[in-house]
Amino acid sequence: MKSSLWQCTWLAAIAAALAWIPSTAAAEDAKPFRVGIVTFLSGAAAGPFGVPARNGAEVVVEAINAGTVVAPYASKGIGGAPLEIVFVDEAGGTTKQVTEYRNLVQQKNVDAVIGYISSGDCLAIAPVADELKKLTVFFDCGTPRIFEDASYKYLFRTGATATMDNVAAALYLHQHKKNIRKIAGINQNYAWGQDSWNDFVATMKVLDPNVQIATSQMPKLLAGQYGAEISAILSADADVVHSSFWGGDLDALILQGAPRGLFKKSTVVLTAGETAVQKLGGQIPDGTIIGARGPFDMFAPDTELNRWFRKVYTDRYNVPPSYPSYKMAQAIFGLKAAYEKAQAGAKASPSQEQIIAAFEHLTFEGPGGKVTMGLGKGHQAVQGTAYGTVKHVGDKFTLSDVATYPADRVTPPDGVKSEDWIKGLKAAK
Amino acid sequence: MRELLAVVIDGAIYASWLFVVAIGLTLIYGVMKILNMAHGSLYALGAYAAASLGGAWLAGGHSPYASYAILVLAALIVGLIAGPLLERGLLRFMYGKDEIVLLLVTYAVFLILEDVIKLIWGVDPYFIAQPYGMLGNLDFAGLTYPVYSFVLIAVAIFTGIGVAWVLQRTRPGKLLLVVIHDREVSLAMGINVSLFYLATFTAGAMLAAIGGALTAPTVSVVPGMGVEVIVLAFAVVVIGGLGSLPGAALGALIVGLVRSAAVHYLPQVELFSIYLVMALVLVVRPKGLFAGFEARKI
Repeated sequence: MKSSLWQCTWLAAIAAALAWIPSTAAAEDAKPFRVGIVTFLSGAAAGPFGVPARNGAEVVVEAINAGTVVAPYASKGIGGAPLEIVFVDEAGGTTKQVTEYRNLVQQKNVDAVIGYISSGDCLAIAPVADELKKLTVFFDCGTPRIFEDASYKYLFRTGATATMDNVAAALYLHQHKKNIRKIAGINQNYAWGQDSWNDFVATMKVLDPNVQIATSQMPKLLAGQYGAEISAILSADADVVHSSFWGGDLDALILQGAPRGLFKKSTVVLTAGETAVQKLGGQIPDGTIIGARGPFDMFAPDTELNRWFRKVYTDRYNVPPSYPSYKMAQAIFGLKAAYEKAQAGAKASPSQEQIIAAFEHLTFEGPGGKVTMGLGKGHQAVQGTAYGTVKHVGDKFTLSDVATYPADRVTPPDGVKSEDWIKGLKAAK
Repeated sequence: MRELLAVVIDGAIYASWLFVVAIGLTLIYGVMKILNMAHGSLYALGAYAAASLGGAWLAGGHSPYASYAILVLAALIVGLIAGPLLERGLLRFMYGKDEIVLLLVTYAVFLILEDVIKLIWGVDPYFIAQPYGMLGNLDFAGLTYPVYSFVLIAVAIFTGIGVAWVLQRTRPGKLLLVVIHDREVSLAMGINVSLFYLATFTAGAMLAAIGGALTAPTVSVVPGMGVEVIVLAFAVVVIGGLGSLPGAALGALIVGLVRSAAVHYLPQVELFSIYLVMALVLVVRPKGLFAGFEARKI
């Protein structure tokens, strides 16, 4: 009797252990994939970029975990595992961001990092990503120097570079405006503004060597008051005014420039103009040329994924997604596509090395259309872009003369630096 | 000639904006010897309050012309709440401490207020653009300027004259000059120094908020808008001499004209030009153009 009792106890213990093994395996399968998401949650870049990007991440990750995204991302989670996100504020400068990045990787043990709007932050984080050997995806920053000046194993960028924005702006002007004699610029005085202006001028000069620079204004970032700059541009009688302004600076330029006739006297090109449309669409004068730094928002293709993304985002936040939301969604979908390609139908989680191998040269679909990791040895995305001209119909903001540019028309081939490629652009025209 | 006229007009408009922002800063320093880093946040609070209150006023379908009064009212409310709150709640415990300590305290207040702004208004931009274009435009030498910009010049002139008149011609103003000259003797003479400190800080806060409220129609009101302003306002009061009212006026005019000339003739040096002038002035007059002589106390 006693031995049978022992036998029963042993059997029960073994049965419990056997029952526990698969449940542990299931728990192992369901171990969340932790992603650190870095975007501006405070400061001047939070409103136009950081918070829309965070909102984009929230709706996409929730839908991925619920399995409610449409094809080709209909499968639940990332390779079956739930996505878990940790948000970090990008404000505070590069030194702080490097510390925050190390904290994400070494203290919070994230499996990957997606983030960075500021080009300065991207340049600072890039070598640290390889040093810490952590899969990192830049989603928005525009400087082409990341993969043109170096190569990285653990780093990817799913958004195109700023070269595309300015080359496409010049091509658009060349197509749609005749007899451009003088061009002027008003850009913020840091890497973004200077690179944008230089790329634009170089392309305009290649397309028409007779084009003259009337004036180049480089006010300080967040200066806010542009009265003198507007007077200088108006006095210079420029045919075209180029600006890569963003955020509050862009809003202020529109508010101060429109009553003074800046937009009537010259054709104004706003390469990041799309972010001002939601709040100031009614006040952007007709004839202004705007871009969205890629095929996003009003330039996005009419695909099922785009319709789905716009709906879930608008339902949640009562405003349509702007381009930072699109670019964040694109980065998350890129990571999911790479992960599941590496997993290749198996149940086990792929290693980081396998995900990286799958990410290189990957072509995946985002809400803005197809994205190909075609530059930087398969680590830098190439994507087409579009520009359009503002035309109000009654009170409604619309775009006319929308022109799209395929990636190979506005982006240098792999291994060629942007500035060298622009010089040879005419031959490729 | 056309270019020169544009330089003068742009410089005057920019100077008037700077003066309205800087006058409160120099007033507070002159009376209380506090280099108020939180001045930028009070400016931003004025802008946010003006955008919210003005926006609600216009959305309610009320007279758009009354929105100018709403802008000023919003600034006065901000000054009347934030001024006494900061002075009575914090700064009065710091009097007598080193100026550097007070600088650090107001810097802490600046950081706190930046977060308070974020808590109340979030990070999205606010707009109250209607008052900017409503008064129409004026043409000078082929360039168009909104009348609002000239209203700003008038406001700066009247504010400067008003503050000078209060200080020089009224009894409280004269008593305040006594407090500025010697706090201890003022106390011994029975002057309520605490009350003057409270009134001065509140007036300074109001002036900062008015600067923000009058700027709001020309910009989008966004987080961080007070940061850039405080740097420029410091440059203005340092050129003019800390605590000097005519110094702030002259400093603003110099910075406005130099910056405007740089933008028109040599845009590459625009950023540098303001600080070059500041450095040159400080080489010749280390305490600024209008710094008075300081009596040595034995």
